[in-house]
Amino acid sequence: MRPQLTSPDAHSIASPSSPSSAISASDRRLNALVRHLVDASPAMDSQNLKDTVSASPTSGFHADSVFAHVVRAPEDPILGVTVAYNKDPSPVKLNLGVGAYRTEEGKPLVLNVVRRAEQQIVNDRARVKEYLPIVGLADFNKLSAKLILGADSPAIQENRVTTVECLSGTGSLRVGGEFLARHYHQRTIYIPQPTWGNHPKVFTIAGLSVKTYRYYDPATRGLNFQGLLEDLGSAPSGAIVLLHACAHNPTGVDPTVQQWEQIRQLMRSKALLPFFDSAYQGFASGSLDADAQSVRMFVADGGECLVAQSYAKNMGLYGERVGALSIVCKTADIASRVESQVKLVVRPMYSNPPIHGASIVATILKDRDMYNEWTIELKAMADRIISMRHQLFDALRAKGTPGDWSHIIKQIGMFTFTGLNSEQVAFMTREYHIYMTSDGRISMAGLSTRTIPHLTDAIHAAVTGVV
Amino acid sequence: MAFRGMASWRVARRSSGLGARWMSTWWRSVEPAPKDPILGVTEAFLADPSPSKVNVGVGAYRDDNGKPVVLECVREAERRIAGKLNMEYLPMGGSGNMVEETLKLAYGEDSEFIKDKRIAAVQSLSGTGACRLFADFQKRFRPDSQIYIPVPTWANHHNIWRDAQVPQRTFHYYHPESRGLDFAALMDDIKSAPSGSFFLLHACAHNPTGVDPSEEQWREMSFQFKAKGHFAFFDMAYQGFASGDPERDAKSIRIFLDDGHLIGIAQSYAKNMGLYGQRVGCLSVLCEDEKQAVAVKSQLQQLARPMYSNPPVHGALVVSTILGDPQLKKLWLKEVKVMADRIIGMRTTLRENLENSGSALSWEHVTKQIGMFCYSGMTPEQVDRLTNEFHIYMTRNGRISMAGVTTGNVGYLANAIHEVTKSA
Repeated sequence: MRPQLTSPDAHSIASPSSPSSAISASDRRLNALVRHLVDASPAMDSQNLKDTVSASPTSGFHADSVFAHVVRAPEDPILGVTVAYNKDPSPVKLNLGVGAYRTEEGKPLVLNVVRRAEQQIVNDRARVKEYLPIVGLADFNKLSAKLILGADSPAIQENRVTTVECLSGTGSLRVGGEFLARHYHQRTIYIPQPTWGNHPKVFTIAGLSVKTYRYYDPATRGLNFQGLLEDLGSAPSGAIVLLHACAHNPTGVDPTVQQWEQIRQLMRSKALLPFFDSAYQGFASGSLDADAQSVRMFVADGGECLVAQSYAKNMGLYGERVGALSIVCKTADIASRVESQVKLVVRPMYSNPPIHGASIVATILKDRDMYNEWTIELKAMADRIISMRHQLFDALRAKGTPGDWSHIIKQIGMFTFTGLNSEQVAFMTREYHIYMTSDGRISMAGLSTRTIPHLTDAIHAAVTGVV
Repeated sequence: MAFRGMASWRVARRSSGLGARWMSTWWRSVEPAPKDPILGVTEAFLADPSPSKVNVGVGAYRDDNGKPVVLECVREAERRIAGKLNMEYLPMGGSGNMVEETLKLAYGEDSEFIKDKRIAAVQSLSGTGACRLFADFQKRFRPDSQIYIPVPTWANHHNIWRDAQVPQRTFHYYHPESRGLDFAALMDDIKSAPSGSFFLLHACAHNPTGVDPSEEQWREMSFQFKAKGHFAFFDMAYQGFASGDPERDAKSIRIFLDDGHLIGIAQSYAKNMGLYGQRVGCLSVLCEDEKQAVAVKSQLQQLARPMYSNPPVHGALVVSTILGDPQLKKLWLKEVKVMADRIIGMRTTLRENLENSGSALSWEHVTKQIGMFCYSGMTPEQVDRLTNEFHIYMTRNGRISMAGVTTGNVGYLANAIHEVTKSA
């Protein structure tokens, strides 16, 4: 086959992305090929080329992609909400999708104490940015364990806890899940119904088999405690159970302390392994200790568990991807062996975790003044959210919107599970430009005093107009 | 709400009947894992109290005083970034700006593939993360494929494709006798691999050997890849670090692109921008057209979401700040050249010292090899002697990280190497 030197490929693909170029994409590919052939035979001029080039196995080479069969994946349902929101030109649009804190002015917030810590890090010329160890920044790990387990935790004092810096909550869950899939005798994990959309994906890809336990009761918009106890009670001995430490996502429904105690007893009696996801410590009630009670209860009985911590929300470090996986073991020797195996999960995944966010956290946690400043800023965020709950509840009541909306003030944390169905949600997006996940979950952090009336109107219209 | 009734649960705990069964540990059978061969070296080095200890183990750059370096362009970028408006989540595919600048480095400033939007690219967790994402992608969409890995290679390559559950094969690369490239055997392996095989290639500054194909050899490899319809995946962790010139260091990739291959590339800023701990890199896959690139990118994101959701923002911001500012970019290119030149200088000095030590062996390879590492040819036993007798730390395959060599320790190092090799 002779290469065509001048005439454009009849089947060339139009390239709308390169308006300034008169040459099509396939023309460029052909030209590149021709250049190669010409370069390869410098003794010949282009006059002779047609006569002297003969067919070779690679002439007219245009690789077919080995990934041609790959289809486009659907948008992530949660992150896709923000994508849709960004596309909307309406001036009254409201993003109640992803759980990122917003100020009363609807702006993202970098905590003052985080700015201070970052400035300190940047100004410290002696500081280097070399690779962290596979398990991450040592200070950060120790301080994170203390934060969730309590400074006086016997498990820490006895060196029975291994803590590994991971990429926020997601990374901690994934690394923990992979470790369990390799080394734990039971490969089933029970997750609450409903739960954060990414949970089943993380654990499945980690190699675990995912089952569910009843959690949310739509009738009461509260906890289906009986269902929970029954389902955990009938789980096979040794199964892993995912527990939201506080501020359940997406429902905002948490067990009471008494209920936690019952759950703990049941789980220990069946040797079920607790895996806590703690993404909102301090954010739920405003108190770091109160929000850690469920975890500490389990650790206090001397048993083992895993805890995934995230600093995305409570320190506003979202994009820095800071978190930690702690594994509480029976003995120090076991914790050490476990850590060595966790490292083998991490090394082929990303080698070692990012340094920046963890440095900020460590700087804050180890400095008494900064720590105190942080707790104040954290409480302010939690209080604003609680205030939004009350304002929304009051507004719906004042408007006479049908239904019992008390769950708005009973639920806790960043999210409210409104109880709206997917048709009602679609209606609110279409008619009122309000963006939320189709399960009716709204991020209270996205609300302000100014926007509550708009949301109230939308809910009212949806509930009275759409079945 | 979580706080109510604190006292009552404490009482309940004391009186509850706790069965003995739950007291047992889950982890009795967990064996201690072996230490990572590379990172374990630095751990051992740090634990050594000897004042004359030398660390030529892990590949992190050191200046002539043996100190780690934060590039000036990086300091300036961080100064500008601190106090940034938000730390919001990046999209799953990472920073668009950073990815675009990064593609220009690999594919060329005016690359037609960038213009035509044919490259599926996502920000990754440095080079490791890029390789892992690709391996996972390969497993999911070409489940019957395997990966051909050069012998030797960075040890973690084997771990990555193993954990992605992609079967591995090897191909000849290093020629121990000449301490160079075993080109004939390499070409035989390319020819005898089944058509459409996936190959892992080091774009430049091969790790651990420092042995790179010549331009002519790359062209021959590309030709043979075409004949066999093989897929080329390039791991480029040292662009700029090999010759001092990023464009020159990308030559192998450009040859394959010119020849029409649809390649994949893992890029890292760990070494060439000194951003090691920030974990910044990029995975790209060149596709037939924009539509395919969109599809592939969306699937790469699907793999990132259950691993870490979205990549870290800080390092990406540093990169895009530097590469997006012509002055900073110029400064960066200068600083990269300084690092590469220092290493090239140390190679010359080490070779001279070895030749002057009275060694009967040939040390030509010290200056022929390129990049951060020198594959000395020493045996594990000789390396152990270096460590035990001279407090010199390196990986047991005899790989010397030239970045750890300084005018202060090069004489000591040469002398020690001569001592342990002179009876060889």
